[in-house]
Amino acid sequence: MEQAVFYLFAAILLFAATMVITVRNPVQAALFLVLAFFNAAVLWVLAGAEFLGIALVVVYVGAVMVLFLFVVMMLDITVAPVREGFARYLPVGLVVAVLMALQLGVVILSDEVALVGGLIPEPAADVNNIRAIGGVLYTVYVYPFEIAAVILLVAIIAAITLTLRRRTNMKHQDIPEQLNVHKDDRLRVLKMETERRPDRGGVGHEEG
Amino acid sequence: MIELSHYLILAALLFSLGVAGIFLNRKNVILLLMCVELILLAVNINLIGFSTYMGDIAGQVFVFFILTVAAAEAAIGLAIVVVLFRSRGDINVAALDAMRG
Repeated sequence: MEQAVFYLFAAILLFAATMVITVRNPVQAALFLVLAFFNAAVLWVLAGAEFLGIALVVVYVGAVMVLFLFVVMMLDITVAPVREGFARYLPVGLVVAVLMALQLGVVILSDEVALVGGLIPEPAADVNNIRAIGGVLYTVYVYPFEIAAVILLVAIIAAITLTLRRRTNMKHQDIPEQLNVHKDDRLRVLKMETERRPDRGGVGHEEG
Repeated sequence: MIELSHYLILAALLFSLGVAGIFLNRKNVILLLMCVELILLAVNINLIGFSTYMGDIAGQVFVFFILTVAAAEAAIGLAIVVVLFRSRGDINVAALDAMRG
């Protein structure tokens, strides 16, 4: 029963991955990648990693793939020239992929590694996966955990600063500039000779 | 009860599909990022398989960190793609030859 579930979801996972790399439309590719992540999450839960299975669905399907879909739909990419060169690179891509799969298969299935036949043990009924991860994550791995938080902060700042752009034709207040303004910027004192008023000056000139 | 080698072979096939996708999709940076996500997924499947096989929780902690770094990578990569599209008007990888690479 468990093996049947594994084979079913593994087959759907490989099918979805194949569609991701061959489908014509980037939106469809993103949606097939969502399908692949869902099936991988099922396989992880099947292996006993419940927390990471849920995290994969929440973080990847809920956040990262929505970001992908958002960018794909925001950029106005024409589909037709995107696929040119597909047939040209198909042979070399296939050769590299098949070679790599064969090499990995030789290593995995070899007698010296002795992995074949090793069964993944059934998780015990009283084992709490989330408790086990939390027990080591905040004690043994506390520094990597904080470094991961810093990495996420750096990613936030980098993504915002990369895509931030100032529009030039918009009217808005610039508060720091308003606060830093100096008297010399606004007021100019002109040195000039004093002039007489023309009506009196004319009279006086006549008298003199 | 599932054999460990089944997980490993599945991860190997997924990894190969991701590498083939990088070769095939030369015209679209977003599809290249998706193929990198496939490769990372294959690596995570390996780590989880070994983690439960050995009974060591450290593998799952590492998958947690890989998910974190992959999310950061996707965010920065997509931001770069958006900037690239604004400045050039397309995201064709073959046309990115400004540095004569």
